[in-house]
Amino acid sequence: MIYFDQAATSLLKPPAVAAAVARAIGTFGNPSRGAYAASLTANRTVYEARVLLARLFNCPRPEQVAFAANATMAINTALKGIVSAGDHVVTTALEHNSVLRPLYELCQSRNCSLTILSAQQALQKGLPALAATVQGNTKAFVCTHASNVTGDLVDIRAAGAICHRHGLYFLLDAAQTAGVFPIDMEKDRIDIVCFTGHKSLFGPQGTGGLCVREGLSVAPLITGGTGSQTFSPEAPAVMPEHLEAGTINAHGIAGLKAGLQYIEQLGLPELRCRQQRLMRRFYEGVAALPQISIYGDFSQAERAAVVSLNIGAYDSGQVSDALSEEFGICTRAGGHCAPLLHKALGTMQQGAVRFSFSHFNTEAEIDAAVCAIKSLARQ
Amino acid sequence: MRARKWQLIITFASTTAAMAFERAAKTQGLPGRLIPVPTVIKAGCGLAFCLEPAARTAAQQLLAEQGLAAEGIHEIWL
Repeated sequence: MIYFDQAATSLLKPPAVAAAVARAIGTFGNPSRGAYAASLTANRTVYEARVLLARLFNCPRPEQVAFAANATMAINTALKGIVSAGDHVVTTALEHNSVLRPLYELCQSRNCSLTILSAQQALQKGLPALAATVQGNTKAFVCTHASNVTGDLVDIRAAGAICHRHGLYFLLDAAQTAGVFPIDMEKDRIDIVCFTGHKSLFGPQGTGGLCVREGLSVAPLITGGTGSQTFSPEAPAVMPEHLEAGTINAHGIAGLKAGLQYIEQLGLPELRCRQQRLMRRFYEGVAALPQISIYGDFSQAERAAVVSLNIGAYDSGQVSDALSEEFGICTRAGGHCAPLLHKALGTMQQGAVRFSFSHFNTEAEIDAAVCAIKSLARQ
Repeated sequence: MRARKWQLIITFASTTAAMAFERAAKTQGLPGRLIPVPTVIKAGCGLAFCLEPAARTAAQQLLAEQGLAAEGIHEIWL
């Protein structure tokens, strides 16, 4: 099997991740629920994962890192926790449904209004279109760091500066970039970073969370037991318990911690460089082939390691299925939960076949995929 | 039950703050350990850090250095 679906989940993980999860299942008590060794071991591991995440995103305090089940839950928490009735929010056509659907829901349930920057506007260096969307009731700008369909990057440094200048909250969906590209809450002036654990952070599925700027109060999405302040009728006001009701996925977070340690050891530049090299090799192998349409801007030096393509007018699902059945190559087909971008690309019906790469992939695997595409394009 | 001792107990608003203090104390070589919050201090649940009373100044210094807020610093028989 050749795995090219890193943007969906990192099947290829450092071995330490699975070992940490197995160890945790055999040794962890409930974190935050006891002062005996097994509970404290779990709690210490969770805290160490917060420290690693805070360092990764340059979040000044580990307590500001709250865990959630995935990026979607984190984004829902962030949006529903800061957007009030009648607020205006700005987003982009690059977004995944994890951003779009909560926003549509807020438009219905809280009478909010929405401005959606086109994909072209969202990808323009300096984001000049953003400032013009700001109204008196604009509360926030929320965007993905990289399109999960094309891999194109948003200029988040510029976005943060514009948001800061206009008094907007800046919420970043880092699902596709955390663990690969630098994200600096201070320099990029990000108020909330939402991340998933199971993609390029190499953690297990069921891990994710949000890093919240100190001083910003986010209303919790759910409330319940936190292992503290039992007799208070409300959720604790302090982070991270404010946003962490119920037992958190400490077993998964143990794996996530191992993934984060691996990333620290290898370093983002090295990880990124390897991914980029593989992506470019694949792109160069298929770009000039007849009948191949590739989506996204490959003239940029830096982009997420994604190549989405179509072969003629073939159904992307059929192409992906043929890659799997005939060549053992795993890709993702269809709409990738990014409806507005597919509309902009004109691929709503056809979808696209997405190849997304891990630094664990090899050049031989890339060459095999190029041969497979050549073979399918000839058929 | 074991014999009671006069102890310094630091309570926190969150268990995460308690974990942060434990980690800092370990790094600084400040002896102590996490315990359930004694009900004589606060009914409910959560973690507190237990030290020898002589460590009060060092503990307060560590709290300040780490930017951690203690909910309370108590001396009790425990």
